[in-house]
Amino acid sequence: MNIAIKGSEVSRRTMLAGLGGLSFCMAVGTDSLQLVAGAQAATMAGAHVTPWVRIAPDGKVIIYSAGAEMGQGSLTSLALIVAEEMDADWSTVVIEFAPADKEIYGYVLNNERKMEIVGSRAVQLYYTMLRTAGAQVRKVLLINAAEKWGVDAATLKTEPGMVVNPANGQRLGYGEIAAFGRIPDPLPTVDPKDLKARKDFRLIGKRVPRRDIPAKVNGTAEYAIDVKLPGMVHATVLHSPAAGGQPESWNDADIKKMKGVLATMRLDDGVAVVATHFEQAIAARDALKVTWKSGKASGFDSERALNTEYVKIHDDPAAKAKTLDAKGDVKAAFASAAKVYTAQFRSDYGYHAQMEPLNAVVRLNEAGDAAEVWEGTQAPDTTRESVAKALGFKLEQVTMHQCYMGGGFGRRSIGDYSAECARIAKEVRRPVKLIWTREEDVAYGMFRPQSFQCLEAAQDATGKVTGWRHCVVGDGGFLLQTGIRIPYYGVPNQHIEERGVDHGIRVKHWRGVGHVFNIFAIEGMVNRMAADRGIDPIEFRLQHMAATPKARKCFETVARMCDWKAPRPEGRMLGISNSERSNSLGAGVVEISLDRTTGKIRVHKVWVAIDGGLIVTPDSAKANIESGVVHGLSGTLHERVTMKDGAVEQSNFHDYDVMRMSDLPDEMHVEFVDVDTRPTGLGEIGTPFIAPAIAHAVFRLTGKWLDHMPFTPERVLETLKA
Amino acid sequence: MVSFLLNEKRVSVEADPATPLLWVIRDHVGLPGTKYGCGAGLCGACTVHVDGKAERSCQMQLSALEGKKVVTIEGLSPTSSHPLQQAWITEQVPQCGYCQSGQIMKAAELLADKPKPTRAEIIAHMDGNICRCGTYNRIIAAVERASREG
Ligand code: FES
Ligand code: FES
Repeated sequence: MNIAIKGSEVSRRTMLAGLGGLSFCMAVGTDSLQLVAGAQAATMAGAHVTPWVRIAPDGKVIIYSAGAEMGQGSLTSLALIVAEEMDADWSTVVIEFAPADKEIYGYVLNNERKMEIVGSRAVQLYYTMLRTAGAQVRKVLLINAAEKWGVDAATLKTEPGMVVNPANGQRLGYGEIAAFGRIPDPLPTVDPKDLKARKDFRLIGKRVPRRDIPAKVNGTAEYAIDVKLPGMVHATVLHSPAAGGQPESWNDADIKKMKGVLATMRLDDGVAVVATHFEQAIAARDALKVTWKSGKASGFDSERALNTEYVKIHDDPAAKAKTLDAKGDVKAAFASAAKVYTAQFRSDYGYHAQMEPLNAVVRLNEAGDAAEVWEGTQAPDTTRESVAKALGFKLEQVTMHQCYMGGGFGRRSIGDYSAECARIAKEVRRPVKLIWTREEDVAYGMFRPQSFQCLEAAQDATGKVTGWRHCVVGDGGFLLQTGIRIPYYGVPNQHIEERGVDHGIRVKHWRGVGHVFNIFAIEGMVNRMAADRGIDPIEFRLQHMAATPKARKCFETVARMCDWKAPRPEGRMLGISNSERSNSLGAGVVEISLDRTTGKIRVHKVWVAIDGGLIVTPDSAKANIESGVVHGLSGTLHERVTMKDGAVEQSNFHDYDVMRMSDLPDEMHVEFVDVDTRPTGLGEIGTPFIAPAIAHAVFRLTGKWLDHMPFTPERVLETLKA
Repeated sequence: MVSFLLNEKRVSVEADPATPLLWVIRDHVGLPGTKYGCGAGLCGACTVHVDGKAERSCQMQLSALEGKKVVTIEGLSPTSSHPLQQAWITEQVPQCGYCQSGQIMKAAELLADKPKPTRAEIIAHMDGNICRCGTYNRIIAAVERASREG
């Protein structure tokens, strides 16, 4: 089997001229993006050209994949989509990371080209574009074979890696065609109806092993932290404890005397130390005594903000509010309601805890006018921009080497630490590997924002939910807003708003972003109403919340999977919730028990039904959901960041508690609703339903609602006592 | 200068005796398969074998290694053919993969001691190794497979 090559080799490959075989490039002219022949590409005036697919005379097919790989499998999935429409022989396909050039390899979103892989959108965004490109390549192969045989291309067929003439049984391998073939100019176009029908798929929807896995069982997969360059030195940084603070002075002379220390450097928000070896840099960082100027976040107390400040903002009619969704006449719905419900929810800050601490490697050339960057990033294009900006370079002066990511979860998409590394490398004029220690990674994290939420719902005399108000208060702008709308329910009158504050705390996407706490609140409200009326919660969603047919299907599927109505063993209880993210929809059920003396919740079983559109790679898709479930369990039961005087109180895995194997449910069942619609995102949909489903199960066991994430044992005990 | 056996090759390292084995392996010798996760003995990403026992290399100093036998993921099997590695591929365990060297080394210790562990024994043995990607269920399945097929 071929394995994706190491990131660092990719960008050394330039144009494919002179390699032989057929090279297809993507070219961006002034007004279009097109697949073109490699040889012709070189002569295209003004066009920006780069390789995408190459067929070598030996039959090898090289496909460049724009899927940043953090374990979700899109490196493989994206190439697989091209291979499917090409009808390539998968065993001859080699995958390489695409260079960080968004004009070529970017998907189009809101009229902009981007490569950033966030929101689990890789397959979703590239699907049609890649199928079309694959189909064009296939057409070229058919045309060449037809010319050689003197027949009409329309009479020919393909089998994996082969053009076949059904009339006489003649066959030509793709490699053989590549040896003599030429690429017509312009390339043949592809009509959407020329794309394969689902029943003809040979790769999509099948269990195809991920290409990055073999290198991940023997230590050869290269992460940026593993990159080693001649003459490279090691750096680490101590940042301001309160975000926004600047270093005023530090014990520079003492630090410079330490063994192996080569330099110190003042950064806007911290002090960098550079040493021959990393352990020397860590020792120097630990010995730093810095006087900090206070920063924007100084004085911030996260618990005080969440418990008092946010409540005041919510209660203040004059507070600045941003309406996110409004329909119908909410006032009238509440005025005429037979019953009104209100509920409040809170959630704490969350830290990414990606297993590979943030790091990057940067090398400047001798002349100091070009830089190379090695980073595992969700957004190679953004890293290039950040580094260029940090160095005062143009984009062309920065070359990006994509590496595997030891986890991303939303943190690795802005290239901040690469930019920091670039500044240090420029200062010390040596190649630099910058690693943030785990402690730094926590202390200077960018967090899922904490939130306070208030919901109100109005029911008419028949019990139908006719009015809905949802207000989220917190720090994080758009991060607070995702997942707050409820398009899967048919509530006629709605007002949904955000009231933002800014504490100067660094916040960022965290697997599922706002969906994690917003769906906790939304589904918490729905479960409360169903319980109050004594109606089965699935029934309630269908009848009283007017759940859409897509949502209904998910609920019906999960009900069948878990045998929803069947009795459970003594002390066990089920809880249920909807899930939604990246255009995917789902429904999940948990079975839990609770130790009432310790407050520890144990999740025994999880069932989840997902409508994610057509599933491209089912086993990776399942792994993504399982991973999302564990992330959800970890976030719901354990993870919590708090801040005092603007500084994070946690520092490593002893006090930032990430879920361990002993908390793994005994069973996790994942099913995808069988549909033929365009694929939607799967990396995060496994996460948001966990908290509301657990809270629901705890209520059904104890009669008490948990309303503050995470549900730590202390909080559970408090709730039971209340 | 401290000498020890690393993946069956004798190495001599000239560094501060307090240097953690993790950095000795990764930087001084240059085998990057062993990973830095926490540097504080909390995550298991840096797990290697020292005289046949799984140890957290971030917590072991170079000075303690004189004459010892250290095996890293690179030395577990020169051809990736250890039953655990094969089972890891069959079960498609890794996601980001960053924790997996440590997971495999920790699991290898278990199977060496106890070729037929129960699910509960696997969990008890592996509980100190964090996988942030949440591959725990597949790790268990792979250890069980290796135990069956190995
Ligand atoms: S790096 Fe050694 S235990 Fe985490
Ligand atoms: S596979 Fe990513 S941390 Fe385990």
